[in-house]
Amino acid sequence: MNLEKVVFGFFIVLAATLNFGFFLGDIDRPELHHVYELAAALVVSLIATALKFGDRTQIGAIHLATSLVADLQLIAAAVTWAVAVHVTGEGMTASVTSSVVSLSGGALFANVVSVILLIVETVMLRR
Amino acid sequence: MVNSTFFLVLRRMRAPIILLIVLYAISVFGLTLVPGVDGDGNPAPPLSFFHAFYFISYTATTIGFGEIPNAFSDAQRLWVIVCIYLSVVGWSYALITLIALLQDKGFQNTLTASRFQRRVRRLKEPFYLVCGCGETGGLICRNFDRLGQAFVVLEKDELRVEELDLLDFKTDTPALAADASLPDNLLLAGLQHPKCRGVLAVTNDEQANLAIAIAVHLLAPKLPIIARARSPSVTANMASFNTDHIINPFERFADHLALAVAAPERFRLIELLTSLPDSPIPAPHRPPRGHWILCGYGRFGQAVAQRLQAAGIRLSIIDPTAPGGDERIVGDGTEAGTLIAAGIADASGIIAGSDNDVNNLSIAVTATELKPDLFVVTRQNQVANSALFQAYGPEFAMVPSHIVAHECIAILTTPLLARFLDELGRRDESWCHALVERLQTLCNGLTPTVWSIRLNASEAPAARLSLMRGRAFTLAEILRDDSDRSRQLPAIPLLVERSDRIHLLPDGDFELAAGDQLLFASSLTTLNRLKLTLQNANEIDYVLDGKTHSGSWLWEKIAGIR
Repeated sequence: MNLEKVVFGFFIVLAATLNFGFFLGDIDRPELHHVYELAAALVVSLIATALKFGDRTQIGAIHLATSLVADLQLIAAAVTWAVAVHVTGEGMTASVTSSVVSLSGGALFANVVSVILLIVETVMLRR
Repeated sequence: MVNSTFFLVLRRMRAPIILLIVLYAISVFGLTLVPGVDGDGNPAPPLSFFHAFYFISYTATTIGFGEIPNAFSDAQRLWVIVCIYLSVVGWSYALITLIALLQDKGFQNTLTASRFQRRVRRLKEPFYLVCGCGETGGLICRNFDRLGQAFVVLEKDELRVEELDLLDFKTDTPALAADASLPDNLLLAGLQHPKCRGVLAVTNDEQANLAIAIAVHLLAPKLPIIARARSPSVTANMASFNTDHIINPFERFADHLALAVAAPERFRLIELLTSLPDSPIPAPHRPPRGHWILCGYGRFGQAVAQRLQAAGIRLSIIDPTAPGGDERIVGDGTEAGTLIAAGIADASGIIAGSDNDVNNLSIAVTATELKPDLFVVTRQNQVANSALFQAYGPEFAMVPSHIVAHECIAILTTPLLARFLDELGRRDESWCHALVERLQTLCNGLTPTVWSIRLNASEAPAARLSLMRGRAFTLAEILRDDSDRSRQLPAIPLLVERSDRIHLLPDGDFELAAGDQLLFASSLTTLNRLKLTLQNANEIDYVLDGKTHSGSWLWEKIAGIR
C-alpha cells in the first residue's frame, strides 16, 4: 500500500462527496445549501488540484484539467454568493441560490470525471 | 524541455502550496466561528466567509489594513494571533522551497539545457557540431568564428564551457557542458537539425570519439563526420563503418615528414594550402636525407619510422624498450652517451618523439649541443608548453592538436581542396615550386585563404544570370578589381570543376560556364570582393563591361530612349 495513493484518492473522493453534499436538495431553497459546505468543497478541491501538480503522464494531465475546471466552477459559485450577500445586499434569494447551486453542479460533474479517472487508472495498473 | 522545467517547479511546490491552502482554510473557518462585537460593545455574529477571507488575505500577505470592517472582539483577536503565525510559517516554507529549487544543481542543469536547445533550434544558418572543445576543438572554434561559420559546441568540462562564454565570438555560439558520447546530448545539440552540416568528434577521449562516430552514423547517416583517432585499433574500428574522415595526428605528421624529405616543394605547397587562413607563412622545412635518429618508439615513433624508412632514410632508434629499426639503442636519448652511441656524429637529423615534452626538449637541446647543424624535429604534446618550444625553435615541430584542427578546417570549408591535393600527386617538383612562389607573394606574408564557389543561383546569382543571358566571360575578366577595373584582384584560381572534369590551374583565357565550381586562393579581403562581384548584378556589369548604372528600371528606359 502506498501512502501517497491513499492521500491522493482520499482528497479526490472527498472533493466529490462534499460537492455532492452541497448540491443535494431543492435547487432554490437556501436552507438546504449551507455555505460551510461550499467552503469545504472549495478548499478540498484546491488541495486535490495541488496534489495533481507535476504528473507528466497523459492521465495526470487530464486529472489536473478536471480539477482546474472544478476549482473554477466552485470559485465562481463562491463569488456569486459573496456578491449577493455582501455587495448587492440581495441575500440568498431563490434565484441566487439556484445559480450558486447550479455552478456547484458543474463542479460536481468535473469531480465525478476525476473519480472515474481515478478508477480507470487503478484498474489499468492492476497492482 | 520547457515543459519539463515547468512540471519540475510544480512538483516541488506541491507540498508548500497544499500547506498554504490548509492554513488559509483553518484561519478562515476559525474566523467564521469566533463571535465578534459591534460598535457599542454588544456581542455580534461572527464574520461571514467573505469578510473572513478578505481579512486573512491581507493579514497573511503582511499587508495588514487593521481590523476591518469592525473592531474585533477579544476572542477574535486571540484567534487572529494564531492565524498570523500560521500564515508566516506557510509563506516562509513556500519561499524557502522556491529559493532552494532555484539553487538546485539539477534544476539549473534543466534550465541551461532547455535554453541551449532553444538556441540550437533557432539557428537559421548551416552549422557544424563540434564535440570536445579542448586544445583542438578550441582552435577549430576560433577559426570557424573568423570565417563566419556557425557552430555548436558540446564539451564535457563545465569550466571549458564557461571559458568559451568569455571568448567573445562574433557568431552566436550555443555551448553545453555535456558528455557528447551520449546520443541524447548529440540530439539536443541539433544532430537532426536540418541545417546541421557535419560533426567533428575531436574530444580527448578515444572511446568517446568512437561513440560519437557510431551515433552519428546511425542517427544521421547523411551527415559527414570527422573523427580524431590516436591508436590503430580505434582507426580501424571507425573505418569499419565508413567514417568519412579519420584524422590520426601521428600518422598525418609522419606522412608530412616523409613527404618533406621525399618531395619538399610539394610538401611546401600542401602546407601553404592547408594552414590556417590569414596566419603568418610558416618557415620552409627542408629536412635532409641520410642518417636520422629517432627517440621514442611508441605509436608516434612507429608511424614515423615506417614512413621515413620507406622514403629511404637510415634510422637509429633510441627507446627505453628498444625494438626494431636499423640500429637499436636502449635509453631515453636525453643524455649525451646514448646519442653518441646512436651515431650522432654522422647523423643529419633527429626526431625527439616521446610522449613527454620535457624529455623531448632535453633531447633536442643535448643533440644540438653535440652537433649544432643537426635538423631537429620535436613532438609537442601540450599546447601549454608552446613558450618553451618557441624559445628553443626546432626546425620542425609536431603539435597534434594543430594538425587535427588544420585538417578539419581544410576539409570542411573547402571540399574541392581535397581533389586539388589528390591531383598534386601527379605533378613534379618544379610545377609545385612555381605555384609555391606565387602563393607566398599573394597575401603580404600571410597564408592565403582557400575557398570555393559554384556559379549557381544560390552562391553566385549575378554571374550565373550573366552566363545564362549569353554574356560569357573568362576567368581574367571576372578577376578584375571591382573598384578599378583596370587592375586585377590578387587571387589565384587553383581549379575549375565542370561536370566532374577537373581543370587544374586554369589560365586567364578559360571560358567559364554556369554550374562551374571554382577553387581560389586569395586573402580574406579579396575573397569578399570577388564574392561581391559574382553575387551583385551591378558589380558584375561594371567589372565585365565598365557600366556604372544603378540598375533601376526607369533609368534603363530613359537610357534606352536616349
